[in-house]
Amino acid sequence: MRRIVLWSVGTVGVVALLFGYRTSTEGPGGAPAAVPAISGGNPGAGRAPRASTVFGDAAETQFGPVQVELTLAGGRIARVDVPVYPDETSEDQQIASFALPRLIQETISAQSAKIDMVSGATYTSEGYLHSLQSALDKAGVVS
Amino acid sequence: MTAPIRRYVGHVMGMPVSLALRGPHAADETGAGAWREAFAALEDVDRVFSTYRPDSFVSRYGRGEIGLGECPPELADVVRLGERAKAESGGAFDLWRRHGDGSLRFDPSGVVKGWAVDRAALPLRRLADTDFCLAAGGDMVCHVADPDAPDWTIGIEHPLDPSRLIATVPVRDGAVATSGSAHRGKHIEDARTGLAPEGIASVTVVAADLVRADVDATAAFALGRDALRWLQGRPGATGLVVRSDGSAVPFAGGERRAAA
Repeated sequence: MRRIVLWSVGTVGVVALLFGYRTSTEGPGGAPAAVPAISGGNPGAGRAPRASTVFGDAAETQFGPVQVELTLAGGRIARVDVPVYPDETSEDQQIASFALPRLIQETISAQSAKIDMVSGATYTSEGYLHSLQSALDKAGVVS
Repeated sequence: MTAPIRRYVGHVMGMPVSLALRGPHAADETGAGAWREAFAALEDVDRVFSTYRPDSFVSRYGRGEIGLGECPPELADVVRLGERAKAESGGAFDLWRRHGDGSLRFDPSGVVKGWAVDRAALPLRRLADTDFCLAAGGDMVCHVADPDAPDWTIGIEHPLDPSRLIATVPVRDGAVATSGSAHRGKHIEDARTGLAPEGIASVTVVAADLVRADVDATAAFALGRDALRWLQGRPGATGLVVRSDGSAVPFAGGERRAAA
C-alpha cells in the first residue's frame, strides 16, 4: 500500500471537494468525472477538540478502493491523506503517477497560499509584472 | 522544517523565467553556475527558434527560404514533435496556423517552449541532492532530489482572474503546463478552423516532461469543448480543465471509463 499525502488544508470546503471527486468516479461507464467546482457540503467531521484521525468510508473507484483519512486539530482539518490501495498494475501506477489538482474553494492569492510556483496561460514579460509569480519572486530574487 | 528556497529570475524569448532551488547547492556558486547554464540554453534556443526575429532559422524556414536540411537538427526534432501532436489531436494542434487572411504561418512555439525548458533543466538535474523548479512563462519542470524533502506545490492561476489561484497540485518529478487565453489574449486557435476555441478558459496538464505537458495542454485547449474527453484518453498525465463559465474539472488521463 502506498500512501500519498495530498495536502494540508485549513478549510472543510477543500475536503468536501475531495469527497465530491471520489464519489463522481464511482462505477464503470458512468458520467464523466465531473467535479463540482464548489461544494458547500460538510463531511461532518470538523468538531473534534484535539488532534484526531478520521477515516472516510472506502469508496470503490475505477482505480480500486480509495479511503480518505483526515487529521483534525483544534476542530480544523490539519491534513488529508489518501491511502491508495490499487497499485498492482503498471496502468494503475501510470495513472497514479501524478496527483490530481486540488480545487481551491476560496479566493487565495500567492501571498497567502503556501505555493512554490504558479502555472498560468502563457504570459509575456510584460504580463509577468502583474502576475502572481512575480509576487513569489519578490520574496527572494537574486538578479 | 523546510529548507529555504533561493530564487533566480531572468527574461528570454519574451517570457519570464523563474528558478527555485532548494538544498545544499541552492545558495552556493555551483547552484548559481547551473542557473547561468540553464538560462544560456534558453537564450541559445531563442536564437534558433524565435519567430519574432526575421533572421532566425524558424522565420526563414517558415517563409520557405530554406529547407529543414539546412536548419539545425533541433528544428527537425521540433517539427517531428509538432507532427505527432497534430496527428494525436486530430489536427487541432498544428505548427502551421491559418491566419485571418487565409495564409498559413509556421509557429513552432507550442512545442519549442516545453522542449527548451526540458533541455535547460539538465544542468540543474546535475546538482547533487538539490531540488529545483524551473518555470518559463507559466510552465515548469520540477524535480525533488532529496527523498525527505516535500513536493513542490504548484498553484494554478484562475483563467478568469489571474490574480487568484483556482487549484494547487503537488509535483515531485514532472512538468506542469497551462494553456489558455489569459495574458496574451486569445492566441491559441483550433488549427482546423483558425478560430478561437469555445467553451474553455484554460487547460493545465501535469506529465513526466514539459514537451508532453505543453503539447497536450495546447492541443486540448484548441479542441475547446472536446478537451476533457481527449485528455481522459491520454494516459500518464493529470490536470485541470477550466470552462468558460469558471467551472473546473480535474482529470486523470487514461481513466478506464466507457466513452462518454
